[in-house]
Amino acid sequence: MTVLDLLGDAPPESPSEVPPVVELRGVTRQFPGDPPVHALHPADLRVGAGEYLSVVGPSGSGKSTLLNLLGLLDRPSDGEYLLDGIPTAHAGERERAALRAGHIGFVFQAFHLLPHRSVLENVLLATIYSGVPRAERRDRAVAALERVGLSHRLDFPPTVLSGGERQRTAVARAVVSQPRVLLADEPTGNLDSESSEAVLELFDELHAGGLTLLVITHEDDVSARAQRRVRIADGHLREIA
Amino acid sequence: MTGVVGAIVEAWDELRLHKLRVLLALVGVAVAVAAITAVTAAVQMLTQGYAETLERDSGRQVTLGVDAWPQSEQAAAPTELDAAYARALERYDITWASRDWYTQVPFRFPDGTRRVDVRAVDPDLAVMQRISVEDGRWFADADADAFAPVLVVNPAFLAALGLDDLAGHPTVLLGDDHPVRAAIVGVTPQRWQGETPQAMVLYEQLVRWYVPAGTTGPGQPAPTLKVWVPPEVAGDLSDRLERDVAAVLPGWQVSVWDNRGSGYSALDGAARWVALGVGGIALLLGGLGLVNIALVTVRHRIREIGIRRSFGATSGRIFFGVLMESVVATLVAGLVGIVLAVAVIKNVPVDVLFGGGIQDRPPFPVSAALVGLACATGVGALAGLIPATVAVRVKVIDAIRY
Repeated sequence: MTVLDLLGDAPPESPSEVPPVVELRGVTRQFPGDPPVHALHPADLRVGAGEYLSVVGPSGSGKSTLLNLLGLLDRPSDGEYLLDGIPTAHAGERERAALRAGHIGFVFQAFHLLPHRSVLENVLLATIYSGVPRAERRDRAVAALERVGLSHRLDFPPTVLSGGERQRTAVARAVVSQPRVLLADEPTGNLDSESSEAVLELFDELHAGGLTLLVITHEDDVSARAQRRVRIADGHLREIA
Repeated sequence: MTGVVGAIVEAWDELRLHKLRVLLALVGVAVAVAAITAVTAAVQMLTQGYAETLERDSGRQVTLGVDAWPQSEQAAAPTELDAAYARALERYDITWASRDWYTQVPFRFPDGTRRVDVRAVDPDLAVMQRISVEDGRWFADADADAFAPVLVVNPAFLAALGLDDLAGHPTVLLGDDHPVRAAIVGVTPQRWQGETPQAMVLYEQLVRWYVPAGTTGPGQPAPTLKVWVPPEVAGDLSDRLERDVAAVLPGWQVSVWDNRGSGYSALDGAARWVALGVGGIALLLGGLGLVNIALVTVRHRIREIGIRRSFGATSGRIFFGVLMESVVATLVAGLVGIVLAVAVIKNVPVDVLFGGGIQDRPPFPVSAALVGLACATGVGALAGLIPATVAVRVKVIDAIRY
């Protein structure tokens, strides 16, 4: 079993035939205050299955707000967000948790691995909530770690791994449950150039395998690896030609 | 169901990972459960020790005593009394009974003849009043037909004969004008310092070999009949015995007493409240410590909770998980507490500390252990509620913000 197998069936031939994996319809996000802070102005975005999209923007441009909305960690102030065709703006907490578990894989800049758990246990964490049968969890986690080149580190605590290895562990954790979209927030932000390149190559392979990727970054060279690029500045989204 | 099992497994995993934290949090709970169990056991032993002391003086619950005094010269002969007692025992099918007569009998010691307090009894009295023998033996039924009286004496009696034990099969002359040689077959433990010589003899044998002068006739006491009966029949039987014995002994005054108001039950009730109070306070303190540490722990785990939420854990699952950690931990601590209590109770001679001599050592208080365990688990659940609520209120975005 490889991580490509983990990703399930191949994507449909034409993205236009099926609903996009990610679709924002006039989504806004503002925070109360005097005056209110408009972190995201009305935004429309469609990301089809199997696409590799990067969102690039400087610090304070609204990248994190967008990621929180896309990851169902926050709710839009207005508009609708459809994940795999499912409207989420008014979904209940339980439904949003189920969507996160089954449809989204997260990769964070700070890795966010549990320090007291082994590498394997960290990857297994994602399978607990996504409904992967208990009997399959270990095999899937081991396969995911093999794919990211960490099969020799299964029982190591994350604290003894290098930054690149930690991020690859985080990627294995993100894809082990066969998500519909991988959301990466500054995935190379804490890595040296060599480790960054390894992680980006891994993203390329996952994309080639059919996974939908949405990478948020402030680095142009990271953004340039994507198939499509979107720039965000002062809360305004704009597709880069 | 799978979710519940999964939550319990997760809770156990968390506890396994954070051994030191769990250990610190649970010492109080384990000690509380051990205290509840051990204090209950100790109180049971104290109560039992007190009850046995009372029973040595006044008999087991419930002992009825039939006292009879001849009121005039025309009263029925004293021999009628024994017959009346025998008939009453047979009529009511009473299993445990003994005559008990306190008198004084002359014995010839190396330093001269002395009158000694003697108790004339039947063999059943040893069971009825928990009379133990530390050397030799108690009376057997066959002793009543022996050709010489046999005695069970106290250490002071033996000392008066210049002896320490029964190794030489000691004998002593009983009586004054026509003494008879009595064999000493048993020695009772010393009950207090400075005891005077005392002896016990079978009633049948004493009246056969020696009748103390001036112990019959009007106003003189006759042997008390003691019977050990179930509490539920004691009241009714008391009236019947008094009536029956008085009916066949004209000229005798008959009265029946019992030992139901000896204060045993009052001590038992008070002791229970003491045990509950001590255990409750210990558990409360343990629970407060648990809440404290659990709260601090949750604060330290906010990022982990955020990560779990981002991977799809519902708030309910997080709440249940944190709650279950507390419950599983206190359950384990409770079990440890019970093991501690068992180790203490089985290895420390608690009964000796309470004065010793407990014949019927109370069994390990399983019910107290179970109640302690249940209370500990309940405290665990209550102590887990606050950190679980804190955990649910964690905002995922804040928790995973670098």
